[in-house]
Amino acid sequence: MTMDDIEERRRRLRGRNWAVFAALIGLVALFYLVTIVRMGGF
Amino acid sequence: MTDITVQKVTGATAGDFIELLKPRVMSLVVFTGFAGMVVAPGHLHPLLACVAVLCIAVGAGASGAINMWYDRDIDAVMARTARRPIPSGRVAPDEALAFGVILAVAAVVVMGLAVNWAAAAILALATLFYVFVYTIWLKRRTPQNIVIGGAAGAFPPMIGWAAVTGGVDLPSVLLFLLIFLWTPPHFWALALFRSGDYARAGVPMLPVVEGPETTKRQMLLYTLLLVPVAAAPWWVGIAGPLYLAGSLVLGAMFVWCAVRVLRGADDKPAKQMFGFSILYLFLLFALLVGEHVMPGGV
Repeated sequence: MTMDDIEERRRRLRGRNWAVFAALIGLVALFYLVTIVRMGGF
Repeated sequence: MTDITVQKVTGATAGDFIELLKPRVMSLVVFTGFAGMVVAPGHLHPLLACVAVLCIAVGAGASGAINMWYDRDIDAVMARTARRPIPSGRVAPDEALAFGVILAVAAVVVMGLAVNWAAAAILALATLFYVFVYTIWLKRRTPQNIVIGGAAGAFPPMIGWAAVTGGVDLPSVLLFLLIFLWTPPHFWALALFRSGDYARAGVPMLPVVEGPETTKRQMLLYTLLLVPVAAAPWWVGIAGPLYLAGSLVLGAMFVWCAVRVLRGADDKPAKQMFGFSILYLFLLFALLVGEHVMPGGV
């Protein structure tokens, strides 16, 4: 594995981590909003 | 070092996982599910409607990911699918399976908790049907694979309808039947001009097993059956005269495509019919939605 491969691997891993982070934040926001709606808050 | 080796060494991107969800297939699934919600009697909070659409999209995508995991051996030998994330070595099979299963379970649970459990149950049924009945059981065993397996793709309007009404009614069954009958001519049109691919992979599609002439006759038969079923939403009162006229005109064009395929000697009419079949279904459901949202509509 060359240095370029290692750097590319890091870059892709970082991208995947950000995607998982965004999905988790989205899920938290979704559950919050759904709870408010189901409780009759809107 | 080859491209594939580089990809294996460097790992998958987030985009590779998105590709596992078959976004292009997902778009039509989402649209028909959305249409089911729009035409259903009753009211659903806009946020919950968005959640329902999201769950339908994620559920469909998850089914696609599991399908790609199971079919990775035949995908590798077919030109159309060889560049998918698993056969090209960008995503490990185990990762794809875990990704698909987690998303499928999440979609059903969120649908049940946020919307209702009737819609969640149909979503679970659609996913299980696509994975176990179509992908694992039928696809490699019978030329009727996409006829029976096509039911999986016909569930979305029923899910959308159930999200609003909490149940299954005749109009939602008719929307299911519409997509069910549309699937064979749509898929066989593709199989006609990709029959070499399917033969090489050992998938017993109708053109491979019975030949192109039988396939073309079957396509015309299903297309003729589709025309009255496509008009049926008008009979049960969920569509107006604009939809009726549109469905008949589009149906006539679809039948004309099937006749051209039957008469044609080369792949061109089949390619055109495949393209038109997607447009046909999109326009049909767009008419259905359009009539409901325009002022003074159904």
